[in-house]
Amino acid sequence: MTFTTIEFVREDGLARLTLNRPDKLNSFNAVMHEEVREAMKTVQRDDSIRCLLISGNGRGFCAGQDLSDRNVAPDAEVPDLGESLEQKYNPLIRGIAKLEKPVICAVNGVAAGAGANIALACDIVIAAESAKFIQSFCNIGLVPDSGGTWTLPRLVGRARALGMALLGERISARQAEQWGLIWKCVADQELASTAEQMARHLATQPTLGLGLIKRAMLASSDNSLDQQLDLERDLQRLAGRSEDYREGVGAFMEKREPEFKGR
Amino acid sequence: MSDYEDIRSELDGPVLTIWLQRPQSRNALRRQMLAEIAEALETAYDGGEVRCAIIYGGDKVFAAGADLNEMSELDMIGMLDDPRPGYWKRIAAFPLPLIAAVNGFALGGGCELAMQADIVIAGSNAQFGQPEINLGIIPGAGGSQRLIRAVGKSLASQMVLSGEFIDAETACSAGLVSEVTQPELTLERARQLAHTIAAKSPLALRQAKQALQQAFEAALASGLEFERKAFVMLAGSEDRREGIDAFLEKRRPEFKGK
Repeated sequence: MTFTTIEFVREDGLARLTLNRPDKLNSFNAVMHEEVREAMKTVQRDDSIRCLLISGNGRGFCAGQDLSDRNVAPDAEVPDLGESLEQKYNPLIRGIAKLEKPVICAVNGVAAGAGANIALACDIVIAAESAKFIQSFCNIGLVPDSGGTWTLPRLVGRARALGMALLGERISARQAEQWGLIWKCVADQELASTAEQMARHLATQPTLGLGLIKRAMLASSDNSLDQQLDLERDLQRLAGRSEDYREGVGAFMEKREPEFKGR
Repeated sequence: MSDYEDIRSELDGPVLTIWLQRPQSRNALRRQMLAEIAEALETAYDGGEVRCAIIYGGDKVFAAGADLNEMSELDMIGMLDDPRPGYWKRIAAFPLPLIAAVNGFALGGGCELAMQADIVIAGSNAQFGQPEINLGIIPGAGGSQRLIRAVGKSLASQMVLSGEFIDAETACSAGLVSEVTQPELTLERARQLAHTIAAKSPLALRQAKQALQQAFEAALASGLEFERKAFVMLAGSEDRREGIDAFLEKRRPEFKGK
């Protein structure tokens, strides 16, 4: 499949998914949804891919839904936005959360609406200093979607989550880092190299174990301590059977660099 | 130990594991597979060693319904003569505990097979459904009757009438499933449980299974009567003596099935 709204490159265990509608601040239209879904399917199925790096071309990361892609003329039929979430955004967010490989998001500029929440659904978010996170939904009468109402309070607490969601203010990357909304804020010119370096690193790491870490973290939000301890027991049992665990311990004992295979 | 085509049957001490082995057709329950499951359970039981059995479909799918090619050949008269209900009865008649270890889809006949088990352990990726309604038919191997007893009227009706599936968590909170585990560990957990069960007195296991089944079959008064009779009968067993002695002497009991 040739893509027109994204770039998708696989190389050395790393998949790069770059949103590529720079003249529209990489906002989502139907085609982009389709292409992102196709790329995600490949990332999920291809065992040789061990890390996913999501970024955006141009001056912004992603402005969320392309509003011009939806007809809201007074005489138009009332749209079913729930359907759009069910079919498009929700599978993407579930896909990122359940993908048992690390997902890095490099936020180069504005990340607004669903664009912000797609970024925040990723495992590690690195943002350029000039990037902004905006929960713009409230400005047009909508509710934060793409997992925002779940992710935000967990990342920054209820007070800041509600402040962001009700006011729709721009949160700078620096502020986002201080609040724990993202992993790291870096100088604009360092964003690409920092993200690239981290992605390359993760693509050589024990992928099976990393995937189980994601599984555990995801489950923790619904679990009691007891349930989580049981889950850790089960996941550690699985991790302990992996080739990479043997390799990791072996390399440590022999004082050499491990060569992980991701299984 | 088996020359089965659709299943693999494996006896590990007192625990029998039956693997459904037609992943290419998502373990569709064709006649032969049902016959082999019944056969494997009976053979193991007759062999005298087995104390608990497990049915496992693999890591991706338990069993996705009946074999539609096979079913589409049958008209009403053909259905009347279909040997399948006989196989289902033989599976249900296995006198010892039966565990279904379910990963992925358990649909139609697959869901019904899981419900034939006394205990259902599910991987978190499990999905249960009775989608027969989508084909203009209804569940034909107990789906409407057992499901309603397992999950209650509203959820059972929703599943049977809409064909919608439920996930492992929902199935667990509704009572269809007793435990949800990581999909990679479903069989392991089932085996662990099976070995725990297999260490008990087989006499007591058989009576307990029957008594539990009475709860579905009979009115409360006759169910209670059955329970009491079985309880009294077991008082005459050597295993009961051994069980109580071992408890008092703080050691593990060794049950002999006598």
